[in-house]
Amino acid sequence: MGDVRDLPELYVRLVAARIRAQLQYRASFAMETFGTLLVSFIDFVAILVIFANVPQLGSWSMPEVALLYGISGLAFAITDLILGHLDDFPRLVRDGNFDLLLVRPRGTLFQILTGDFQLRRLGKATGGLIVLAYAFSQLNVAWDPGRVIVLVLAIPAATAIFASVWIATICVAFWAVEGREASNAFSYGGQFLAQFPINIYDTWLRRFLAYLFPVAFVAYFPALYILAKPDPLGLPDWLRFMSPLVAALALVVAGRVWAIGVRHYQSAGG
Amino acid sequence: MPIIEVEHVEKEFTVRRPLGRLRRERVRVRAVVDLTFAIERASIVGYIGPNGAGKSTTVKMLTGILVPTRGRISVAGLVPTRQRMRLAGKIGVMFGQRVQLWWDLPLVESFDLLRHVYRVPADRHRENLLRFRDLLELDPFLNTPVRQLSLGQRIRGELTAAMLHDPEIVFLDEPTIGLDVIAKQRVREFLLQANRDRGVTVLLTTHDLADIERLCSRVLILDRGRLIYDGDVPSLKSRFGKERVLVVDLEETAPPLRLAGARVVRVEGPRQWIAFDGDRTSAAELTGAVAAQAPLRDLTVEEPEIEDVVRRIYEEQPE
Repeated sequence: MGDVRDLPELYVRLVAARIRAQLQYRASFAMETFGTLLVSFIDFVAILVIFANVPQLGSWSMPEVALLYGISGLAFAITDLILGHLDDFPRLVRDGNFDLLLVRPRGTLFQILTGDFQLRRLGKATGGLIVLAYAFSQLNVAWDPGRVIVLVLAIPAATAIFASVWIATICVAFWAVEGREASNAFSYGGQFLAQFPINIYDTWLRRFLAYLFPVAFVAYFPALYILAKPDPLGLPDWLRFMSPLVAALALVVAGRVWAIGVRHYQSAGG
Repeated sequence: MPIIEVEHVEKEFTVRRPLGRLRRERVRVRAVVDLTFAIERASIVGYIGPNGAGKSTTVKMLTGILVPTRGRISVAGLVPTRQRMRLAGKIGVMFGQRVQLWWDLPLVESFDLLRHVYRVPADRHRENLLRFRDLLELDPFLNTPVRQLSLGQRIRGELTAAMLHDPEIVFLDEPTIGLDVIAKQRVREFLLQANRDRGVTVLLTTHDLADIERLCSRVLILDRGRLIYDGDVPSLKSRFGKERVLVVDLEETAPPLRLAGARVVRVEGPRQWIAFDGDRTSAAELTGAVAAQAPLRDLTVEEPEIEDVVRRIYEEQPE
């Protein structure tokens, strides 16, 4: 892998260069940011519509669901900001421009992440933050150090889980020509599912979400702990602290899948 | 010790060919067949052949982009696919059609970012950039965003980007494609100088045979995945390019001349093209024979072009 100590500094440098280029066009940047902000509100309105008709969702109240939505929404927005441009990766493989990344002395994933960073995606994060603020204003959370730590760790853990799923599924492009749709079904679909309490889903979907795609660890388990809520599914309590561990594991798996994809690309030809 | 060693290397691809409407068959295609060659440090080697001959597959294997199916490759003492990232720091790559520079940033900012990507110390970077600015005359567009550069300016920028980190070897894919005569000349002089002053090894693929004649000490010719020629340019010409052409302008239009040891290959009004074997007949003898048959106004002798030479080699290859 070589020396990686200067990677954080190089990341900042490359991303800053992208942002500088984007800010050359201030008006269009402002409009795009406003657009993404608007979209995240429309998503929230969809939740409001559900609650106008059903006051409770599988024993979860409106503010409690808002907490789930806030955690997963904020984490997904951060994921999207950091690696949303991974969506262009299948095109990179198809055009053969992935070759260029292979002849530079840095990791291919690192180069893609710094390749087309879009600051306008920051707008999506604002939506998640507002919903989170709303949830906490309505809920009477008995704050203690444990709860603060769980909440503070829940956001990066959820981000890492979304990122892993995104990376692992976009790898389809190493084998199939059009991998973006397949990947989006998992990443955007996963975010949608994580907004709701997982106990409302059917058993098979629940198992799938908890094990194969660890959506339950995005918001469900951390929220149970913060709210001191008994698990409607009766799952063990220690699962509520497992999100960071699951996230780390997911990242390792995603990294392995990526490496396998690169090896396949190298032996199959671009 | 050679800087590039290729031993019995083969590359096979699996392609799916449609069989009727739904069924597809998998076919193994050999892109490179039993390739063996070695390249000495500080040489400039031309790698030529028709499209699909396996040139870019070879370059991709040498740079670590593709894993060979069989055989052994060593580049700068490393195994390309296993030590790809380490090798990347020792080589420079320029694909004529691909943009390596940051599209919407000023050229000079791309160079600065690359300095960090390749971990080049600041003072060495400054010194190198100064030299490139001078040799490739980059100053007039150094602060222009890459997307606004002309093709010639961009290629000069790409060359700089490929060589700023002092690579031991540069792989250039069609470095002069689409450039005007002056820009081509500038790129060639630059490469010769980098080779002379810094001992950079250059492997270039090109369709431009003037590139080969001006730059290369050696040529490798590839056809259908096989190496069909490996040697210097003069002996390539003498082996396959003995046929020269005498172009004569006669006083008036005449039927094709009949000459011993030569044949008329083309007639255009009073002008005739006469091909002859340079080893057996001299241009002077032939001119005398022509003048004996018809009054001459003017004449020139055309030297063989590498293009013709390469075509001849292809013709000699059994199908």
